[in-house]
Amino acid sequence: MTAVDVTEHESWFHRNQQRIAPWLFLAPGVLFFMVYVIIPVFQSFNLSLYEWDGLGAAEYVGMRNYEDLYWEWVDRDAFYVSLKNNLIWLVMYLLAIPAGLFIALFLNQTVWGIRLYKSLFFFPFVISQVVVGLVFTWFYDPTFGLLNEFLSWFGLGPVNILGDERFVTYGIIFAGLWPQTAYCMILYLTGLNAVDPEQIEAGRLDGAKGGRMLWHIILPQLRPATFIAFVVTIIGALRSFDLISIMTQGGPFGSSRVLAYYMFEVALSEYGFRMGYGAAIAVILFLIMLCFIAYFLWSMYREEKGH
Amino acid sequence: MFPKPIEKQPRAVQISYQALLPVALLLWLGPLLAVALFSIKPEADFTNANYWGLPSSFEGAKNYGQVFFNSDMPRYLLNSFLITVPTVIGAVALSCMTGFALGIYKFKSNLWIFFMFVAGNFVPFQILMVPVRDLTLDLGLYNTKTGLVLFHIAFQTGFCTLFMRNFIRALPFELIEAARVEGISEWRIFWYVVLPLMKPAIAALSVLIFTFIWNDYFWAVVLTQGAESQPVTAGITSFNAQFRAAYHLMSAGSIVAALPPVAMFFLMQKHFIAGLTLGAVK
Repeated sequence: MTAVDVTEHESWFHRNQQRIAPWLFLAPGVLFFMVYVIIPVFQSFNLSLYEWDGLGAAEYVGMRNYEDLYWEWVDRDAFYVSLKNNLIWLVMYLLAIPAGLFIALFLNQTVWGIRLYKSLFFFPFVISQVVVGLVFTWFYDPTFGLLNEFLSWFGLGPVNILGDERFVTYGIIFAGLWPQTAYCMILYLTGLNAVDPEQIEAGRLDGAKGGRMLWHIILPQLRPATFIAFVVTIIGALRSFDLISIMTQGGPFGSSRVLAYYMFEVALSEYGFRMGYGAAIAVILFLIMLCFIAYFLWSMYREEKGH
Repeated sequence: MFPKPIEKQPRAVQISYQALLPVALLLWLGPLLAVALFSIKPEADFTNANYWGLPSSFEGAKNYGQVFFNSDMPRYLLNSFLITVPTVIGAVALSCMTGFALGIYKFKSNLWIFFMFVAGNFVPFQILMVPVRDLTLDLGLYNTKTGLVLFHIAFQTGFCTLFMRNFIRALPFELIEAARVEGISEWRIFWYVVLPLMKPAIAALSVLIFTFIWNDYFWAVVLTQGAESQPVTAGITSFNAQFRAAYHLMSAGSIVAALPPVAMFFLMQKHFIAGLTLGAVK
């Protein structure tokens, strides 16, 4: 009797296993991802409507955190400076894409030792941003930095990049561009490897060369690489935190803050544990990111349907 | 090949290209070479403002010895390994399964679950920060390596699933159909048919995730505090506070902190680049 039950049970599972199996395979991953990523996003949305110091009871304040941000009632000159810097980061960081393409074109040769050159050019991407931040802090140092040493050869006075409100954000972005350009370069090198040689020959026969060849024949074939470069650069720009934290801690006078750093400062530093207020900043950053995420997903969706 | 191969150019162009390569590389790695130079200089060079001249004596062994035997650096390095390696194993294991499920089976919500992973992978860390920190506190895992590992596994599963699913999609589906005709169970298909074919993807993801997690700074600061659990990225700031203005030691410390992923990259270069550029070519 029991034996029959077992076989029946097995056969039920066996018959339906193609329907059940994907869910069993998905369960652990989806569960983890839900608990640590998806649900926290909604919790942050909810938390942004409260005032909470992280310990005591949370007090519901409705949209007040957002109003505080909009009018800058709590921190003067913090929110809009951060927002403006985020915008500068977004625009400037995109320079990594043409710069990466340029280096890739420069290195796409087959001379002796070129493989090692490619690896060494890529190398900054592998180093942690913390170390990149330290390296560039010393590079900019007004007393002994390499930059000022270099400027002094041309008789230019010492510049304190990280201590000057006008330059500080650009200085940090420049440091960030270093590894990001390396990443874009490797994407383009791979892309260039797969460019169809027949099309290049056809283009040459039609008299296309240099810039025209690049624009009309090469770049269209590099589209997938450009798309990925675009995605990782945008995400990288909006995630900028490590470099700012290491190089300036948002200074001087908060002039190099971005939303990601401002949020951290508000929620988890000596300036007090304003969790709800921090969550409101995070929500705004998330909504900015969401525009790009939606666009990426939409592109992927079209691709999937195109298959 | 584009641009035009240099061998087909005039001799002068070839020579100038060969000469330009090392110069360009030197400029590109300049800031890093400066730190490497600092790390072998004696302390006296800094007090005498001999920043850029040759080291007055070679003190590499002494400086690096100091980092390894007279600071918390070995502790931080060990922590980094104990955080990074379990994360790599966990995230790759989970994503082999999710990638298999999303890459092989056709069911209604397939694409939506896939997009959930992709979208989650792109969110700013700050929107997760407070809830994840609370969750970790509630679990009693704040300031432990386990707390950090659990979060990293969960978050990296997003990227890894994207990667694995696309890799599995490109495998020959006939293999799986043939196995099904043979009456082999789904679990065995996963284990004996698909998993062996995923070895290159597993290798590529492992080196990538190793680098990502080793280099993580934000979560290390949010979820850990002291030398007993902090990885080297967070530890380097306390190291620098300990040796304030001792540039020779701070430089040596930075180089040590940066080294493991660099070594990983040079040893596993092929896999690393294959992983990073997946999707860059149609």
